[in-house]
Amino acid sequence: MRPFAFKRVTTPADAVKTVKENAAARFIAGGTNLIDLMKEGVDLPNELVDISRLSLSLVRSLSGGGVSIGALAKNADTANHPLVRKGFPMLTQAILAGASPQIRNMATNGGNLMQRTRCAYFYDVATPCNKRQPGSGCSAKDGLNRYSAIFGWSDNCVAIHPSDMCVALAALDAVVNVQTVDGRERKINFADFHRLPENAPEKDNTLAHGEMITSIDIPKNNFAPTSYYLKVRDRASYAFALVSVAAALELQNGTIKQARIALGGVAHKPWRCFDAEKALVGKKPSAELFQEAAKNAMSDAKPLSDNGYKVRLAERAIAKALRRSARI
Amino acid sequence: MTYQNQQQQDGPSRVDGRAKVTGTAKYIAEFSFPGMVHGYLVQSTIAKGKIRDIDVADAEKQPGVVKVLSHKNLSKLAIPAPAPDAVVRPFYALTSDEIRFNAQPIAVVVAETFEQARYAASLVKVTYDKADHSTDLAKVIDAAFTPGREQPNRGTPEEVFAAAEIKIDATYTIPIEHHNAMEPHATVANWENGKLTVYDKTQGIQGTTGYLAGAFGIDRANVRVLSPFVGGAFGAALRPGPNLIIAAMASREIGRPVKVVYSRRQLATAHGYRPESIQTVKVAADKEGKLTSLTHEATHNTSGYENFSESLVGMARGLYACPNVRTVSKIARIDMQTPLWMRAPGMVSGAFALESALDELSYKLKIDPLELRLRNYAETDPETGKPFSSKELRECYRQAAERFGWSKRNPEPRSMRDGKYLIGWGMASGMWPAGQAPASARVTLNADGTARVESGTTDIGPGTYTTMTIIASQTLGLPLEKITFVLGDSELPPSPAQGGSTTTSSVGTAVKEASELTLKELMAAAGAQNDSPFSGAAFEDLEFKDGTVQIKGKPETNRKYADILSAHPDRKVSVLHRSTPDSGERGKYVIASHGAQFLEVRIDEEIGNIRVTRVVQGTAAGKIINPKGAHSQEMGGVVWGIGMALTEKTEVDHALGRIMNPNLAGYHVPVNADIGKIDTIFVEEDDKIVNPLGAKGLGELGMVGIPAAIANAVFHATGKRVRDLPITPDKLV
Repeated sequence: MRPFAFKRVTTPADAVKTVKENAAARFIAGGTNLIDLMKEGVDLPNELVDISRLSLSLVRSLSGGGVSIGALAKNADTANHPLVRKGFPMLTQAILAGASPQIRNMATNGGNLMQRTRCAYFYDVATPCNKRQPGSGCSAKDGLNRYSAIFGWSDNCVAIHPSDMCVALAALDAVVNVQTVDGRERKINFADFHRLPENAPEKDNTLAHGEMITSIDIPKNNFAPTSYYLKVRDRASYAFALVSVAAALELQNGTIKQARIALGGVAHKPWRCFDAEKALVGKKPSAELFQEAAKNAMSDAKPLSDNGYKVRLAERAIAKALRRSARI
Repeated sequence: MTYQNQQQQDGPSRVDGRAKVTGTAKYIAEFSFPGMVHGYLVQSTIAKGKIRDIDVADAEKQPGVVKVLSHKNLSKLAIPAPAPDAVVRPFYALTSDEIRFNAQPIAVVVAETFEQARYAASLVKVTYDKADHSTDLAKVIDAAFTPGREQPNRGTPEEVFAAAEIKIDATYTIPIEHHNAMEPHATVANWENGKLTVYDKTQGIQGTTGYLAGAFGIDRANVRVLSPFVGGAFGAALRPGPNLIIAAMASREIGRPVKVVYSRRQLATAHGYRPESIQTVKVAADKEGKLTSLTHEATHNTSGYENFSESLVGMARGLYACPNVRTVSKIARIDMQTPLWMRAPGMVSGAFALESALDELSYKLKIDPLELRLRNYAETDPETGKPFSSKELRECYRQAAERFGWSKRNPEPRSMRDGKYLIGWGMASGMWPAGQAPASARVTLNADGTARVESGTTDIGPGTYTTMTIIASQTLGLPLEKITFVLGDSELPPSPAQGGSTTTSSVGTAVKEASELTLKELMAAAGAQNDSPFSGAAFEDLEFKDGTVQIKGKPETNRKYADILSAHPDRKVSVLHRSTPDSGERGKYVIASHGAQFLEVRIDEEIGNIRVTRVVQGTAAGKIINPKGAHSQEMGGVVWGIGMALTEKTEVDHALGRIMNPNLAGYHVPVNADIGKIDTIFVEEDDKIVNPLGAKGLGELGMVGIPAAIANAVFHATGKRVRDLPITPDKLV
């Protein structure tokens, strides 16, 4: 770990200004990922801007019936908040499927969105990795890629986004509220927040350096009784998803009015299956219908040498999560 | 995890438990010497080749940095150079420019603080002349060879197999696995007036002392090694780690004490690992299920510079009565560090293959897997014909099967369900040779009624502090709390390394015999005193209890040890004793622990999720000295077996020749949530041959059958035979 300055800020404006002025500055809140990255030499900030004491940890109702979760609310507190448990149980399930209790007690919601891939090559500074060192090459594409992407990857990067929480937020059409570097506020639709690697895998998301997440809004929906987060992993806890599915349905008179399917563990960002969702609308829920939707969702998957199983696994997981959502 | 038996709750708790949970038990990285500096390792980023240059200019400019040390500037060790054509050349870190494995330590940055050393280490620039490497066992298996002698066939296995009608021929593979102990390898070294003192994470005080004496060309008496607590080792600390020699060399060079602690990421090459193995089992039986031919061929990797070989085929020779047996053990070279013994080394890998193959055979024969094993039960050692000193495996099978409910098993695969889950029941067996080595102990009885018991052994977690205290307590007739057992110091009476499940047998015997001799000294002291009621009484007629002695049945003769010793001129009696196995008597028998495992898996087949819901483990390991400790060991064995079967794998990128999951997030040991109910049964054996305690080892035995039993249960549940560990979800979908 290289020596760094540590600055505690008292206002969002101060936080943004401080980081904006120094390309090697980073925000720190829970630190559950950043500290690891610093220890491993993957990220080498020379200044940490401590935002953990800003008043951004509120979880509250939105006027339209949704919920706003503060960027600095802890993952565990968010998952267990009555508004979330009651109105958005799939988000609770997703958060509690991630990491370990100790980590969830430290990690913040903003940090959860900002966490970096756990691709083994990204974490090992002795190996080529375009995300860590642009232009050095992607070791995973033809290397160990059992955990890597099957959608949306490029020759430059096959890494996946590791979050469970974000998969649920993607399915719930969340909106990320951001304080910009010039002191304004802007809103980013969740689908536009994380990005695909394309030619710039070093960029995980669409935030400019210095921009800071202040809260995440989840609009009102009717998914609560008919939604489910399913995570498949190598062990029962403290393991990243091989594949995960956030599935949500709105049923009206026995037919599907709205459907959402988002996948984790398959792409550089939470992966929405828009076509499969649309195909469900207006139909009556059935195992066969969900099987068909799952198959369709996988039709354009492009597995790598070691992760062909993800196509089969994700297909089964989607079908299962939809059945669980519809309680059939 | 649940505790099922009263049997398991009986007996004393860990005598060092309070120290461990309150943090007063110090592990190696917590020790310091005045004026100490910190060394942080620099590791290679190639797998094979030579170091061209190490540029330390930037690193040495940093605040707090004392020096960067490597083969370029360290003083030579006293080790004689190996012959130019020598095949086997043990690795001594920082002694040459040769790179033998990726993440090999190549330099150490010494600084005033750990953080300074770590940062400066990131600034050391190394250039290499790379050579081609090979780390993939499958690609070098054609070059595999048998180190040492080939084992002769028993009977005519090949002919019988070729002619057999009912047979299995299957290949099983197991990846490299790492021990992943909680405590990292670490050394604190200090030279003072030509004497070297080290705190070192080690399982073997004596071996470490000798290693340092040899490396530096000094007398053993000038080396002191301390290792009072070891935070898990499982075999990883049976050989000295690079940290030991590096800390000692650096301290000698700089003239100050040096601490070297491995980081979690670096730790993957601080020691060896369970080697990758490829095994073929060919087994044939007649229609009644009697084995007629058994061939077990096992190949595992070694390094490019040493011939490490562990036997995977022991059970094929010793578990079943089969007249025709062939075993082949080979090793093949890859460019990684030398493997090392890891809990139940060889045996558990071999058991996965052998006990899976027996299970496969049982389906072919349509004979229950337990019944198949009973039909081939070895009443005497099938290899030599010698009797077993004791063997209650049959009773393990019976009791464990009964408690598990094995008789209710529907033999048909995919026949048992719990709602949407597939249920599978599997079983397997295990064995482990019960070794004993010479060991020594000193016992001192004091006038204050306490005893001090000392032996230079180690306690890597199984509860040696407790077990030795129990043995001394029972022999000396003193309450546990009056006894202090001391270990982990080369100045104590020498004992062997803690490995191979032999400590209770070896050190325990020394403690028991030394305790008996101390009581005799006590009685000699008593006899010399006026008005002794014991004059003329034979030692066998005496009763030692609660710190008092009396002639049996004569309470009026009762005397406190404290009273006898208060009148003694030395105010204590003390005996140093070395025990040796009775090899003549032992040699007439085959001595081994045995176990039987029955377990249930619950599988969500749709997504490949496997859960081991309950395990019954039957163990026959002589007399159980420390019931809680033994239960914990068997439980730990089950957890290790679950890890090996379902989750554990060291991922190697063969293009880079580099371990890619060297951390506890990427290398999946089971977590609490992975573990179901574990029930242990001990079938005690009255074994007068093994040693005066009647105790055999059980620490490794507990995992031997588990991976096979799980794979067998997975087959029973799904109809899918997985012969490649670990059985991760992708292998079922």
